[in-house]
Amino acid sequence: MNCRTIEHTADIGIEVEAGSLDELFAGAASGMFSLMVAPDSVSPAESREVSLQAADLGELMFLWLNELLYLSGANGLLFSSFDVKRIEGFALEAEVKGEPADPGRHRMRQDVKAATYHELLVEERGDGWFARVIFDV
Amino acid sequence: MEGLHRVSEYKWEIPRTAKSGMRVPGTVFADEELIALADRDRALEQVANVAFLPGIVFRSLAMPDIHWGYGFPIGGVAAFGPDGVVSPGGVGFDISCGVRLVKTALSEDDVRPGLEGLLAAMASNVPRGLGTRGRIHTDESVLRKVFAGGAKAVLDMGYGRDGDVEHAERLGSYEGADPDKVSRRAYERGADQLGTLGSGNHFLEVQVVEEVLLEGAARDFGLFEGQVTVMIHSGSRGLGHQVCTDYLQVMDRVVKKAGLELPDRQLACAGLGSREADDYLAAMACACNYAVGNRQALMHWTRRSFEQHFSSPERALGMELLFDVSHNVARFETHDVEGRRTEVCVHRKGATASFPAGHPEVPEAYRGTGQPVIIPGDMGTHSYVLVGSSEAMAESFGSTCHGAGRTMSRSRARKTIRGSELRQRLASQGIVVMAGKDSLLAEEAPEAYKDVSRVVDVCEGAGLSRKVARLRPMGVLKG
Repeated sequence: MNCRTIEHTADIGIEVEAGSLDELFAGAASGMFSLMVAPDSVSPAESREVSLQAADLGELMFLWLNELLYLSGANGLLFSSFDVKRIEGFALEAEVKGEPADPGRHRMRQDVKAATYHELLVEERGDGWFARVIFDV
Repeated sequence: MEGLHRVSEYKWEIPRTAKSGMRVPGTVFADEELIALADRDRALEQVANVAFLPGIVFRSLAMPDIHWGYGFPIGGVAAFGPDGVVSPGGVGFDISCGVRLVKTALSEDDVRPGLEGLLAAMASNVPRGLGTRGRIHTDESVLRKVFAGGAKAVLDMGYGRDGDVEHAERLGSYEGADPDKVSRRAYERGADQLGTLGSGNHFLEVQVVEEVLLEGAARDFGLFEGQVTVMIHSGSRGLGHQVCTDYLQVMDRVVKKAGLELPDRQLACAGLGSREADDYLAAMACACNYAVGNRQALMHWTRRSFEQHFSSPERALGMELLFDVSHNVARFETHDVEGRRTEVCVHRKGATASFPAGHPEVPEAYRGTGQPVIIPGDMGTHSYVLVGSSEAMAESFGSTCHGAGRTMSRSRARKTIRGSELRQRLASQGIVVMAGKDSLLAEEAPEAYKDVSRVVDVCEGAGLSRKVARLRPMGVLKG
């Protein structure tokens, strides 16, 4: 899996390449939380199950990343481990792990308000998968 | 951008032929330098994309602080007739992000000597930054009151006083709010963030009126040279983000079902009068009320901080609210469209209402002068108070700019600017900055923004608003 950030005048985006769809979704989640906090400062102490159904892969990516932002925002959690167990059709099941945010201990980076649909892309490329997501920060 | 051409000194047109599918032309208010900045990224294409939306009337508009957003450009304004749509992306995730300005009876000489202590008091009273929780206990019944009542509901909880809501847009409360249209998830995210500043470009700033530029309006607004003011910039926090996310999903499916072809999925929309549109507008109004209530609570703790620091009641310090504006919002307003008075749904995505004297939506206190427009600049230069104009009613559905507008990406700012050096540079200009992190400070560096003075000059040149006073920062508290 390979993830890089891309430039946007007001906001920020990521591009992810992975060998499988499961890895792609895990990589996008990891890329998003890396914008928010240094991942090695967050230990995978608590876990949450995520189960989603969408109408297409783009919507599934939008729902997945925003679901994690909801879980983070509503519960004051930061995540650092993303195990996408199954993607079948446009349904996803995953377990994510993290711990309560502690600004004193975690190396916080920036707030991510939401994953947007703007220029959102999830597609098969050659032997693997590619995704691009732009965030509102 | 293909076909972009100048039609007058501060007005540029994107013709309908620029992109197949545009229903109306685009107009961008800018001078040569600002249009060149807008043409560097995808902002002008986004002006054209908005023109694809069904029922758009007049033109797809952009203010001089335009820059690349998502869906709509930041600085975008569009209005839709009865057969048109509402688009959550045309409001944005930070619903009702906005600014309020608090006046004082203090001078720079009163505040300068103890400025760091004053900022420290504000920092200890105002929850800010990532992962912070608010000081107000908000169970569901409290949230419902705030969703329905806005600033007044927060004032009634003890965070404010007489004279506050009378000096806010729509008296600090949006019509049509229905707390039942807000999802459980949004309630959860809103529960502990009321009265928190947030991070990113949100701030509390102690400023001084450097120069009065329009005597009569400044007098009516109670502004004078040398006067200290406090600017508060924040929005609807996680609650607004969740409302936008929820309804984007709903409207994305509406678009798909209707077979509507849009150039950007973020422009998802629903027809005005449909259940989806009504539900979104009712939930959006709740988020607007939460945002105005949030700024009301932030003002309360700003007043407490001044009281602690100066050992004097805030009334004696003259801490009156000048005005509160939202710059991410959609709402129904009456405008002249092709010679007829028409109710349209105006979207302002990074744009401020700019209503003239006599307009029924201008609070009584300012009805004879025009609506105050609060424009936050960047922390190293200036902010402005403007006043609405009648030309704006004809040109831009009564809208003007909302700030300086970014010109440099956040990651490039972090790479090229050192937060610690920036802090020192600002200190040498007499500007004290308190920020959670130096890297976040670098993202908000003055050079990451356009020249706000140029932006407000273009607004004045184009007739969208008039400059009333220029404010200079003294102390900045960042999230």
